[in-house]
Amino acid sequence: MRASHTPDAASGPHAELSHTRRQFLKFGVVSVTAAAGGGMLLSFALPAAAQGGPASAAPNAGDFAPNGFIRIDRSGKVTLIMPKVEMGQGVYTSIPMLIAEELEVSLDQVQLEAAPPNEKLYSDPNLGGQLTGGSTSIRYAWDPMRRAGATARMLLIGAAAQQWQVDPASCHAEHGSVIHAESQRSAGYGTLVDTAAKLPVPATVALKDPKDFKLIGTRAKRLDSPDKVNGQAQFGLDVRLPGMLYAVVAASPVVGGKLAQVDDSISKTLPGVRQVVRLDNAVAVVGDHTWAAKRGLAALKIEWHEGVNAKLSNADLIADLVAAGQRTGVVARKDGDPATLLAHSSKKVEAVYHQPFLAHATMEPMNCTVQVTPDGCDIWVGTQVPTFVRDAAMKLTGLSADKIRLHNFLIGGGFGRRLEVDGVVQAIRIAQQVKAPVKVLWTREEDIQHDMYRPYYYDQISAALDDDGKPVAWSHRIVGSSIMARFAPPAFKNGLDPDAVEVAADPPYDLPNIYVDYVRQEPRGVPTAFWRGVGPTRGTFVVESFIDELAATAKIDPVKYRLDLLGKTPRAKNVLQVAAQAAGWGNTTLAEAGYRNGRGVSVMHAFGSFLGMVADVAVSPQGEVRVQRVVCAVDCGMTVNPDTIEAQIQGGVIFGITAALYSEITFKDGRVQQSNFNDYPMLRIDQTPLIEVHLVKSAEAPGGIGEPGTAALAAALTNAIFAATGTRLRTLPVGQQLQSA
Amino acid sequence: MPTMIVLHCPTVVLATAPGTSTQPNRPHRLTLFGSRPLAPKSEPSAATTEPTMITLNINGQKHDVDVAQDMPLLWVLRDVVGLTGTKFGCGIAQCGACTVHLNGQPVRSCVTPVAAVGEQSVTTIEAVNATAAGKKIQQAWLDLDVVQCGYCQSGQVMSASALLSTTPDPSDADIDAAMAGNICRCGTYVRIRAAIKQAAKGA
Repeated sequence: MRASHTPDAASGPHAELSHTRRQFLKFGVVSVTAAAGGGMLLSFALPAAAQGGPASAAPNAGDFAPNGFIRIDRSGKVTLIMPKVEMGQGVYTSIPMLIAEELEVSLDQVQLEAAPPNEKLYSDPNLGGQLTGGSTSIRYAWDPMRRAGATARMLLIGAAAQQWQVDPASCHAEHGSVIHAESQRSAGYGTLVDTAAKLPVPATVALKDPKDFKLIGTRAKRLDSPDKVNGQAQFGLDVRLPGMLYAVVAASPVVGGKLAQVDDSISKTLPGVRQVVRLDNAVAVVGDHTWAAKRGLAALKIEWHEGVNAKLSNADLIADLVAAGQRTGVVARKDGDPATLLAHSSKKVEAVYHQPFLAHATMEPMNCTVQVTPDGCDIWVGTQVPTFVRDAAMKLTGLSADKIRLHNFLIGGGFGRRLEVDGVVQAIRIAQQVKAPVKVLWTREEDIQHDMYRPYYYDQISAALDDDGKPVAWSHRIVGSSIMARFAPPAFKNGLDPDAVEVAADPPYDLPNIYVDYVRQEPRGVPTAFWRGVGPTRGTFVVESFIDELAATAKIDPVKYRLDLLGKTPRAKNVLQVAAQAAGWGNTTLAEAGYRNGRGVSVMHAFGSFLGMVADVAVSPQGEVRVQRVVCAVDCGMTVNPDTIEAQIQGGVIFGITAALYSEITFKDGRVQQSNFNDYPMLRIDQTPLIEVHLVKSAEAPGGIGEPGTAALAAALTNAIFAATGTRLRTLPVGQQLQSA
Repeated sequence: MPTMIVLHCPTVVLATAPGTSTQPNRPHRLTLFGSRPLAPKSEPSAATTEPTMITLNINGQKHDVDVAQDMPLLWVLRDVVGLTGTKFGCGIAQCGACTVHLNGQPVRSCVTPVAAVGEQSVTTIEAVNATAAGKKIQQAWLDLDVVQCGYCQSGQVMSASALLSTTPDPSDADIDAAMAGNICRCGTYVRIRAAIKQAAKGA
């Protein structure tokens, strides 16, 4: 899913893990080298095709399109083609900042366009394809986007110099023009495109020294804000086409079930209902508008073949995991001899953690609009995986790639959900039976009950402490679904899922004797998928909870305990110190009369970034938990837009609180028991804590920022609950556990 | 005519847990699940499902629509009139993405039958900038870059505009009461609160 983030030691104590990493990295085709100071440098080569290839959506004759990311027409209009999709994380601002910095245009001079499916031009080596996810966008874009801008600028300068018969070195570019200061001449980019298009693309370009950045590092305003506050922003659900019909769907309520039969005699008589479409595992009603379709769907009498999962319950799924936990897993990490040390330890700590199935619950429910004709298939959707959508359409329609036209939209929340094309496949199948463009919408109930869920994970972990309370041995078994095995099979090698063990196999702490293994156990019938924070969200919860348990056992302050173990990870140590200081660690907690208050801490290292987090909670006499304040210290390397980073941490924290306090998808009789925001609640503004974000200045390579806030949250929260109540919660969500305690 | 449904004060009706008494206006587990309006419990009668010509006053313009009386205003706006700025999020008045104004009052259009609108003026996100409060809210949203994915923000702006129009200097409690019915999955609440305060200051 993403580049590994730790030094790729070729030998020594980490050799075994490094082996795993290399396989993973091979999948990602990214070169990783250790940087001075313990950080990482990720270097990418601009794909050859993107160097000189044409820009995406067929440029008009005369347009200057020196690479896949920039198009300038004769009027000087600058169009930037976005290789990543905008789903709130701010890439429709940060990627233009990277290009504009080197192209020497201001952000108000550029227009944006979503890249079409084209692996050659738009693949992200971190992800092995044209995907948006894994907090990789800036790590991917940092170098090639600046290079794309610089290349175009050099060509435009070259064109001006040629026209003026001067040395290119005597010219410079500024605000969309090339200037020859000596002769006080200037030419807008639009006047140079014809000449520039004929010049050879330079093989190498010099990038700006960071001290000369004008845009990068500034709090530039989001380019997508204006349309998002006045209703003009277009999400997939907003597409309107001549003759378009509307469909709503009911898929088998039991996971893996099939459609038996449908009585549509009443539905078909209802005003506005046009058609009832039967699929293998679902029924759709097509109408003149959504309401007609909804009414028609409600009037259907549907019988299902419920199949083998008809009686499936959450307890069954958990029992499967617990049983699988008895098996020996595939080794993800082994240093020293933790087994022997644990066997002979006089001070052994053991714990078992449960993390539930989770739905994504994006605010924009799943939807996809499709028109299939004999000579083409048009798809209107917001997707994180344009090439997967194209491939699915080719497979289903038998049409060639050039006949598939994907119209990608702004995404009303991704969080991993729109890395999947299940909804697109279903919509195409429906559209194949409808003689018009059809907009397929999943109601919120359909969206929650037919998600592809973050898998339930079951972790067993133990440690032996020495006389000083330090962990001399650490053993961790992770049991759960492998998303990688389905999503990116080349990354799933020898039974090891690198996502499943991320963070767990490589905690930032000094652990001389560590064993981590993974047992794959797929939940019967339940589709699983990536969810914001992916492996590190689960791994950080377990590692940071357990470290806290060890500190408590050793009777050492949890911050001090961690600091003493972070000698080899200075960036982690630093963010912990900054967060602890900013939060007033060691001072009195934010006491409220009648409430039990507590402060908890966590450290997160993944996605190429480091986070220190301190959470304050108040627990009511009835056992209700309220988060009062979350303080974060962030080291994500060099920053493109600090305001976006703050926003992502704020949002990531809130996303994490929702999950930690409330969220779980459960199964009964093969059915998801939750259905809408009434029983799958979200944090609301009146429950939102104060959130402080402290950015640590860093010259390291940029790290990801969309997921760290979520990944760090749950442990900080449950550690704070422990501090407040003495109760250690090892099962998420917090839910009503303290109310029955 | 169906009863007029105006869900403008999310603190009034609160969810209750099973097995507890359902006294009105009594918050239950407020800290866990927050306050939000409930969906109305009305079954459509056959008479309300047949299309009828209805004249709506939307953003200052008359629109004749031939739709069932019980069709929620949301789908009339989006699918019939073509104003897609108003969003579908939940369909049961739990998330606020569909918030519009009826005579300046915020309502959840996903549970407002079109027949209940009557002569009232409907204001959607596309025209809220015509109101002084709406304009200030939108500007504050831009100044603080509140949005992320943006899908819920039409509803957030509509709820915030309605708040500011009646409460020019809202307290934190006022903001909680007015905005707790609007879910933002990206978690922009910190900035929403700050932007409402900024808009109020700029009055």
